[in-house]
Amino acid sequence: MREAERLRIVRAREWARPERPARREVLGVVPEVEEGRPPLLFVPGFGHGAWAFAEHWLEHAASRGFPAYALSLRGHGGSAPAPEATLRSYTHDVVQVAASVPRQAVLVGHGAGARVVAHALARYPARAAVLVAPVLGGWGTFGNSLRRNPGGTLPAVFGGGLRLSRRQLFSRELPDAEARRYVSRLGRAGRRAQWQLLTGPDPEPAVGRPPVLVLGSPDDRVVSPAALTRAARRYASAPLLFPGMGHDLMLDARWREPIDAILDWLAKDPTTR
Amino acid sequence: MSSSTDLGRPDPETMTAALTRDGRPVSDRGDTVCVIGAGASGLTAVKNLKEHGFGVDCYERETGIGGAWNWRHDRSPVYASTHLISSRPFTQFPDFPMPDDWPDYPHHSQLLSYFERYADHFDLRQHIWFGTEVVRVEPVEGDRWDVTTRSTGGYGPERTSRYAAVVVANGHNWSPKLPRYEGLEEFRGEVMHASSYKDPAQLRGKRVLVVGAGNTGCDIAVEAAQQASRCWHSTRRGYWYAPKYVFGRPADQVNDSMLALRVPLRVRQWLYHWTLGLTVGDLTRFGLPKPDHRVYETHPIANSQLVYYVGHGEITPVPDVARFHAKSVELTDGREIDPELVVFATGYLPRFEFLAGKVLGDDEGSGRPRLWLNAFAAGHPTLAVVGLVQPDSGIFTISHWQSVLFARLLRLRATRPDRAAAFAKRVIAGIGERYSGKVKDSTRHWFEVGHGDYLRALQRALDELEVGR
Repeated sequence: MREAERLRIVRAREWARPERPARREVLGVVPEVEEGRPPLLFVPGFGHGAWAFAEHWLEHAASRGFPAYALSLRGHGGSAPAPEATLRSYTHDVVQVAASVPRQAVLVGHGAGARVVAHALARYPARAAVLVAPVLGGWGTFGNSLRRNPGGTLPAVFGGGLRLSRRQLFSRELPDAEARRYVSRLGRAGRRAQWQLLTGPDPEPAVGRPPVLVLGSPDDRVVSPAALTRAARRYASAPLLFPGMGHDLMLDARWREPIDAILDWLAKDPTTR
Repeated sequence: MSSSTDLGRPDPETMTAALTRDGRPVSDRGDTVCVIGAGASGLTAVKNLKEHGFGVDCYERETGIGGAWNWRHDRSPVYASTHLISSRPFTQFPDFPMPDDWPDYPHHSQLLSYFERYADHFDLRQHIWFGTEVVRVEPVEGDRWDVTTRSTGGYGPERTSRYAAVVVANGHNWSPKLPRYEGLEEFRGEVMHASSYKDPAQLRGKRVLVVGAGNTGCDIAVEAAQQASRCWHSTRRGYWYAPKYVFGRPADQVNDSMLALRVPLRVRQWLYHWTLGLTVGDLTRFGLPKPDHRVYETHPIANSQLVYYVGHGEITPVPDVARFHAKSVELTDGREIDPELVVFATGYLPRFEFLAGKVLGDDEGSGRPRLWLNAFAAGHPTLAVVGLVQPDSGIFTISHWQSVLFARLLRLRATRPDRAAAFAKRVIAGIGERYSGKVKDSTRHWFEVGHGDYLRALQRALDELEVGR
């Protein structure tokens, strides 16, 4: 555990090869009255863009007094194309946007975006972090995905895109037309980043000791309940569960419940006020 | 994060019965830490102490943040064209990167806006007392400190507050070092120190002598080459003038590629000499003296333009000044030149006028503190000096980690006093340690550190502190 908490000071390799800049899409909704709440930065998972949060969550967070921003990782949504992007490039994008918001931000990562957030926490002292249906990577994730969706997962092994199906992402409560519309907007992550999700180095310890909340759905067909518990245990907590929902909690029919839980947690936690 | 309610400020109402040694009342600030200066180093100290749960009072003599990098400040040494010498990745705070669409070597105004954003982002201004200067810092019983302040300029009454710890971040590039020259008083031309050089208009159309080959001296010589009618550049010895870009990348990034591969110093020096030989070439053909040392043995100079203007005849390299006459300057090789303006880019000396010299280990009164890691004084476990380094790279990364180390040390004093005590012993054993290769003996190199060596030493100190030995 001691080794896990070791701060890393010398990063000669990273200093020598700084990440290249890329045009980044950032969507934001700011509350009408500044209430002194910390800003939220939503980080979408692989294939998703800032649009996934712009559908419901940004507006809702702002209506409750939280300035809310979402970015598209490079190669996703409205950001610049980046087929060779790595997890490091994605982490760089998150830290850059986090440092550009006016005040110390809360990072909210969804899916593989949670893995990116975990890396970003070692580079930026977030006020708090929320991991939503986190795909923290490793071969377990791969096995699970292969079992549930062999047709969509196998091509990814050979450098193709990871295809997620409607049934994995959404519950049956979501009208078919909407689900179809969302799925059609999905893009794909860089193939190197996809590989690194399985084989890349573990995230370094967080700086600034932010409180971390993990939430997800036991009926998620991408992240198993066991993976959810493992992720939460890593941050010394238990996951908050929303049964009956799919992987994309921010787009599913009952999107309001998880975001309200996040905002309640932030409003309650003394370190984030 | 602390809420606004526990941000009491030293207030006469809350003064306790404590008195200073000479009988003045003291307001006790409990576990609060005092930070002196709200420049880059002071800001990161406030941020990191706050992040580790400490209350912080920061005193700043100016009315804004940014210290040396705020050109409005009367102690700021920046001039209109000041840009970074080390590229962005080496200069930024490690946990708050500069925007990646900024240039490799940002301008000083961008630096100031970066510090402003840092202060706002982490809500630091509420901890800073602006327009307040520190007059005295005295150790008192229990490793605590009495800090006496007053309004900048000496107006208003003095007030004394007692703190659990003090971080000194008053900077070391504001008190000009002016060498003595025979006959300087009778010289009729204009004389200035580089600290009062602000704008190339000051040079326009004049015959200018620039003394000193630090990065500032070279910058001013280049501007004189562009603006003045004549420019002489006087240097004590030959130097290695490294370009800011080699192999199409910022030179310090290329250098760190080798550090990452752990290439030994000798090999790096050889490669450096070889690269300079290929790109800059032999400088003696321009009349510049041959360097009398290997690269990395003096503070590195990064200036792509100096050699360019020497090659265009716009800069005349000359040796050291021997003495001044009324209308001319005599050089050590016997030549006489007739400048109208002499700019001394001869550097700065550290000054801690609010602190007794012996607190920082300066027993003989030379003005040179004797510290471990350039930050920790023997016998004063609750005192740290932050940013007192002259690295071959950026300072702010170093200040950040120094203040993280100090914050963790202060926390351990409460939770693990045994480890804090071991650290105190380590400080005494390590006083005077150097973190660079052999360097030329000069006040310029008092605080010279190689960023690789120094940061690794900090890493070891942090590891020992956290893990124990």
